[in-house]
Amino acid sequence: MAGMRRWPAPMIALALLLVVPLLTPGWIVFVLTLALTKFMAVLAVALFLRGGLISFGHALFYAIGAYGVGFAIKWLGMADAVLLAPLGAVLGAGVAALVGLVMARYRGVFFAMLNLGVSMILYAGLLKFYWVTGGTDGIGVRSPTYLGLAPPREALRTAFYYYTLGLAGIVVYIVYRVLASPVGYFMKALGDNEVRIEYQGESVRRVMYLTYILSGGLAGLAGVLAAFAVGHIVPEYAYWAQSGEFVFVALLGGYGSVPGPLMGSLAFEFIRTYASKYMPEAWQATLGVIMLVIIMFLPGGLWTFYAAVAGRGRRRSEGLARG
Amino acid sequence: MATLTVILVDGSIFAAVLFLLSIGLTLIFGVLRILNIAHGSIYALGAYMASFLALRVLGVGASPYWSYAMLLAGGVIVGLIVGPVVERLFLRQVYGRPEAIQLLLTFALFLILDDLMKLIFGTQPLIVSRPYSLLGQFSLGRVTYPWYDVLLIAASVALGGLLVWVVRGTRFGKLIVSVITDREISMAIGIDVGRMYLVSFTVGALCAAVGGALIAPTIAVVPGVAVDVVVLSFAVIAIGGMGSLEGAAVGALIVGLVRAVAIQLFPELELVMIYLIMVLVLMAKPAGLWGEAEVRRI
Repeated sequence: MAGMRRWPAPMIALALLLVVPLLTPGWIVFVLTLALTKFMAVLAVALFLRGGLISFGHALFYAIGAYGVGFAIKWLGMADAVLLAPLGAVLGAGVAALVGLVMARYRGVFFAMLNLGVSMILYAGLLKFYWVTGGTDGIGVRSPTYLGLAPPREALRTAFYYYTLGLAGIVVYIVYRVLASPVGYFMKALGDNEVRIEYQGESVRRVMYLTYILSGGLAGLAGVLAAFAVGHIVPEYAYWAQSGEFVFVALLGGYGSVPGPLMGSLAFEFIRTYASKYMPEAWQATLGVIMLVIIMFLPGGLWTFYAAVAGRGRRRSEGLARG
Repeated sequence: MATLTVILVDGSIFAAVLFLLSIGLTLIFGVLRILNIAHGSIYALGAYMASFLALRVLGVGASPYWSYAMLLAGGVIVGLIVGPVVERLFLRQVYGRPEAIQLLLTFALFLILDDLMKLIFGTQPLIVSRPYSLLGQFSLGRVTYPWYDVLLIAASVALGGLLVWVVRGTRFGKLIVSVITDREISMAIGIDVGRMYLVSFTVGALCAAVGGALIAPTIAVVPGVAVDVVVLSFAVIAIGGMGSLEGAAVGALIVGLVRAVAIQLFPELELVMIYLIMVLVLMAKPAGLWGEAEVRRI
């Protein structure tokens, strides 16, 4: 593994992110927290994009993670981030293990639209069963505790930022390991030639199923963190626009690598912060135009710029994770 | 018994609407092999333009029957402008690129058109109910239906018949079938495939826009109608078989009837039922009821 010898770029980026709260105003910390949260869900979508598959429904797992937090607070009266994060990941992965039984059989537009369909079923359910879910009002989420410890009021935001950052580090490590594993390689090969994967003795359905479970877990974890970061859960967490956003960010950053989605998420949250300030009514159109530009002129996403700067030798050594 | 009549009539009306929505989508998919997510936007744009024109003509005090001409004109204008522009400027760039990229492109167009409509027509709902009530009503049992609903059913049957005739009975249809079956050989024998794509996409867009225009009087045209339409019409053509005209008809009937049943018996589950049927059909027969299983690429 030539690529494992040097420090992977995202680890360096995460290290940079460590010092940010010391230097910048609070709102930037908040935006960064959101970006790191989304990053995990975007990675989940990017795992499939590498194999040429689009999911317009990963908001399903995102919402499951988020509502997991909501119900834990509502029924158990517990808001412990350290306990709920793994719980959300397991919930997401568990539901993915069920849904994935069906999804692993589909490719192309069917995969995209079936995912969309399933997530919209959850969305409809969240709206209709308002006596449980709070309907459009959603559920309020209070500040998290960490294994029973509540940080002092003024440190709440920074504490949660570091907690998210720590989890993001773990996620990056896990995904890197998966991408370097046979399942990771076969997932990438899926977009090129499915039949040859089977010739090599691997079951395509197994590869897709395992990837689906992992991606469900990642998106579930992202949902838990988003619920705490935003402090409010609404059915829109499961809406198609949320899934579309994940896909968009993956495309923006470049989905072949782990750092691409990170770059995409950071860029996206800042674009959104400014776009909602200066042209709130044209937000979707802005996204659409950026997407068109990337599809036509920059198929590798923002990551292309970094890869170009970093030079050819470096590109070869990291080639294992790039698309 | 009364409920059964209501279900059957409502179901047929839903089915007619769904067929109008999905026939363009299935046509485009059949020829271009691209699932056009912007289809819903073209539908919504047609609905907006038609309502806008109809409201204008009703506003100046002309005979209200002119509103029908305006509805149709709105749909046709949108289809004839948006169709060629989208195909020539955008879709042309991604033929032969991975399916994921093609989907993302139409998704991007969808996002842009969605906002564009809000900018042009505002966020207030456009309601043109006059053409809907103008034709009067008839009663069936204890329920009354407007004649306009019958008109919708007639329009969808006519449109479906027309398309089937074009594909089966004309020279143009034979060329289309040839392009669908084998693009490269069609090129080799001298068919202008690029032009076929352009025409097919425009016809598909026309179906969507005219469908939107005809349905506009029965609904309030608001931002956000586009999404539901994409998902619903995808469900219809996925059930019937992607790219098949007969499949779209069968899918529309199934989804329409199911929706009518759901609304009568368990209104909470209306949307869920449709997705459920889609998932069930696709699990049992992944190519849809009328589709042919695709040969795997080597």
